[in-house]
Amino acid sequence: MAAPLALLLIVAVTIRAALFRTSLANLISERVEVVSPLNAWKRVVEGLALLDLDISPYSGDVFHETPMVIYLFHFLMDYAEITFMLADCLTAVALYLAVKDYNKQVFRKQKFALEADRIPMDCLELIRSPTEMYYIPLKVAMFYLLNPFTIVSCVAKCTCGCLIYGSALLSAIFLALATYQSIYPLTLCVPALLYLLQRLYIPVNVRRSSFWFYTLQYLFMFLGSLLVLICLSFFLLGSWDFLPAVYGFILSVPDLTPNIGLFWYFFAEMFDHFRLFFLCVFQINVFFYTLPLSIKLKEHPVFLIFMQIALIAIFKSYPTVGDLSLYMAFLPVWNHLYRFLRNIFLVSCVLLACSALFPVLWHLWIYAGSANSNFYYAITLLFSVAQILLVSDYFYAFLRREHHLTNGLYLKKKDGSEATLVLK
Amino acid sequence: MGLLSDPNRRRALIGMLTRLNAPICMICYMAGVAWFMGLAFEPFTLRTYMSENAMGSTMVEERFPAGERALATGREFAAHKKKTGGMPVDWLVRTMQARGLEVYTQRFSRKLPFPDEDKERYMVKGTNVYGILRAPRAPRTEALVLSAPCSPGNENNQAVGILLGLAQYFRSQIYWAKDIIFLVNEHDLIGMQAWLEGYHHTNTTGMDWSPLQGRGGSIQAALSLELSSDVVTSLDLVLEGLNGQLPNLDLANLFYAFCQKIGVLCTTQGKLPRNDWDTTSGYSHAVQTMMLMVLKQASSRPWGDHGLFLRYHIEAASIKGVNSFRPYKTDATTVGRLLEGMYRKLNNLLERLHQSYFFYLMPSLTRFVSIGYYMPAFGLLALILLLRALDLWVQLSSPPTRTTEDACPPLCPLSAPQPASPGVLSILTPLVISHLTGVALYTLPVLSQELAVEHFPVSETEAVVLTAIAIYTAGLALPHNTHRLLAGEGTEQGWKVLKLVAVLYLAVLLGCTALINFSLVFPERGLLVGVNDPGLTLLFAVFFFQELQETPVTLQEGWMLYLSVISQGILDHALYGSLLYPLAALLVYPCWLLFWNILFWK
Repeated sequence: MAAPLALLLIVAVTIRAALFRTSLANLISERVEVVSPLNAWKRVVEGLALLDLDISPYSGDVFHETPMVIYLFHFLMDYAEITFMLADCLTAVALYLAVKDYNKQVFRKQKFALEADRIPMDCLELIRSPTEMYYIPLKVAMFYLLNPFTIVSCVAKCTCGCLIYGSALLSAIFLALATYQSIYPLTLCVPALLYLLQRLYIPVNVRRSSFWFYTLQYLFMFLGSLLVLICLSFFLLGSWDFLPAVYGFILSVPDLTPNIGLFWYFFAEMFDHFRLFFLCVFQINVFFYTLPLSIKLKEHPVFLIFMQIALIAIFKSYPTVGDLSLYMAFLPVWNHLYRFLRNIFLVSCVLLACSALFPVLWHLWIYAGSANSNFYYAITLLFSVAQILLVSDYFYAFLRREHHLTNGLYLKKKDGSEATLVLK
Repeated sequence: MGLLSDPNRRRALIGMLTRLNAPICMICYMAGVAWFMGLAFEPFTLRTYMSENAMGSTMVEERFPAGERALATGREFAAHKKKTGGMPVDWLVRTMQARGLEVYTQRFSRKLPFPDEDKERYMVKGTNVYGILRAPRAPRTEALVLSAPCSPGNENNQAVGILLGLAQYFRSQIYWAKDIIFLVNEHDLIGMQAWLEGYHHTNTTGMDWSPLQGRGGSIQAALSLELSSDVVTSLDLVLEGLNGQLPNLDLANLFYAFCQKIGVLCTTQGKLPRNDWDTTSGYSHAVQTMMLMVLKQASSRPWGDHGLFLRYHIEAASIKGVNSFRPYKTDATTVGRLLEGMYRKLNNLLERLHQSYFFYLMPSLTRFVSIGYYMPAFGLLALILLLRALDLWVQLSSPPTRTTEDACPPLCPLSAPQPASPGVLSILTPLVISHLTGVALYTLPVLSQELAVEHFPVSETEAVVLTAIAIYTAGLALPHNTHRLLAGEGTEQGWKVLKLVAVLYLAVLLGCTALINFSLVFPERGLLVGVNDPGLTLLFAVFFFQELQETPVTLQEGWMLYLSVISQGILDHALYGSLLYPLAALLVYPCWLLFWNILFWK
């Protein structure tokens, strides 16, 4: 398995390196779909220049990355391209290992269930075979590395955070890093906790002390590392400037540059006295689904992670296609849900059409001057709706498969005729 | 959401759509074409009206008196032009200075990628002369442009004369709130391109020009005047610009309003508005006018010197004087008064022209069809593609065991026990090959001209055009050779997947193109059903255009015209950045090759 992965990495790096050399790189790094005010490379360069002049990089309203990133690039400035390629490759390898690990677990669980005869006989079609699962990790890595969205954001030198899971401490640290980068991964805390609990065979039960003990322990590790990171930034920078400039910027959305998200148009049109209220409504939207989803999916933390990443990518304040590519990379893991998906044709057509229409409408609005922002926002809206449909479709398919696994694949009505499942 | 989640209703709907697919597609097609042809029918169109408040309600009085003197200046200009054998720069500078303008010149030079045989130029060198009349009543933040080309031979002398006459007259008025720039450009569009790039500090096409020494404010509107006779019978308004862009409809309305007020015959596409819409000839007249506009727009090239202004958000149009055999003539004073009136109204603008439409078609100068009315025609045609795609999808996914195979395409023999399952890889090959052919079609003709000239007895221009045609035809032979290597070939599923991809590709491509330039899409889809070969479409369009202009050509002439149209298309791309050639070579042609592939896969 190592050889195909290595080959894949080489191909991916070659494509990226080739794109960096062409004039396309400049073009891509200007696209609003790819870069957001939060992660534009141009802004990082500006921040670095300010830092070199001994001025706080946050003193203007340009730079919004975290202090750790700017110090990282302070040393890696000359190797920026390689750093980005390396980050992509590391993410891909991490995804590969994580999914491999997950597959092993799924398979083990399935074996136990089979031996215990808990699965109805007619559901054998739904059982997953090892040969089929053998290539999934590779496919995940491939989906991530060769996804055009990932490639363009790498070429545009976006600084999106990445995420992996290992041991408890490591996961807490990485999660804290991700949260430190952009707040939203906070919601991933719950699935990560669930995943670790599952590995240690601790049941999720509010009356058990071992559950509470472990939860508190994990939270302590998470918050502790977050605190360490923030304090470290404070000591690096010598001031608390970065808190409003980074987190205030993410939460209060002052920059209304158009992007593929839902915020910009809405808040550009908003009367000032409603702004705070709707800001809360929009931001709560990201965090809101965590609780119901974690209750529903407490047995399946990895699917929960997928759902959460997707929801963050849709509802965050400055989304880019890089966020999209991260959750799209997980799609091959849910290959077996394919037969239960209902709208996949519609959704993929809409996503495809929208990706093509973004640059066209941008051209009409900004360069030709004949269309206006409404046209562009309409496509943004459609794009988000398609993503939501995609995610909810996968959610439905997942639940339905679980339902079939407990109740049998071919359901009968009471009178013996074939029944259909209807979602109402 | 009921439709999306209720399986019974979904099944019923999909069943109906697949069973009735062919009839629904037929109906959509007929309805689409009928809708489009209906657009030219007068009761279905709207009468043009002025939307811009600042230009609509205020009255202006035109008093330009000096038509005869302007014509004399024009004759003087012609004499000096003949003497210097090109642009009489010194004379123009002196004359403009004498009229009290700030005068500047700009030199430019440009080497064309290959010789332009229509206009007989290869190494182009020239000078633009422009004079700025500073606004006495406002800060210099906005400007208007009036331009006239300095053409070779005996053309457009009167236009320059009227331009200078207007400059003199405007100088003595005190009500100007915007700078007025009087521009005489050499080598028509190339000079205009150099001047606009210099004015806006951009360089998109790699042209050499000297920087501008003087500027006005941001340009709000521009008119380009072409006039080659002392008296005219009618004035023709040309709107189509680069890439099918149109100026705001209010500019056309303004022109029409003043023509009505002063009593000048005005046309668009050289066709007068007629009142007999209920007769067959009246209707076919309107259809002709509209189709001419559609074809001109589809050609993506600027049809007058104004065409390049549109790229910079400047509303611009060309006004051409036509002198035909009608007895009623208009003299230069009247033309001057018309322009004076238009500039005074434009001078009243408080913001950029934006109130009226940017996407429209005009079946006559008094009537227009806005985007909301013509888009459904395209929508009906695009619906056909989507229905076909849905049908193919349903066919592909009806055997449920195979569908799962489809979703996770085999990447290696281990997981691909069935040889029949078409993977992503087998689709990828024709996609990549046809796009590479497209890239070859885009780059090779210009690159390989020297090679071709060495080995064949042809000129550079012919070499470029013939190479393009050769690559184009060679692409047709590709499926013959590639399809043998592929696993998916020959199977039922193989070509269906390919067709699904090709149909979706075409739908997205047409959708995007329709937004940028509606006219480019509609004739291709609407009038040539089934045949969407870009080469044949172009050939057909050439003949159709000549037919509409009432100058039919023979087959031989048509072929020569076809060749020159191709070379002009490539030149337009290289000189002004017109998008038609790259669009055709890089996207439409590969897409069409995919359909060509399907024929061989079946």
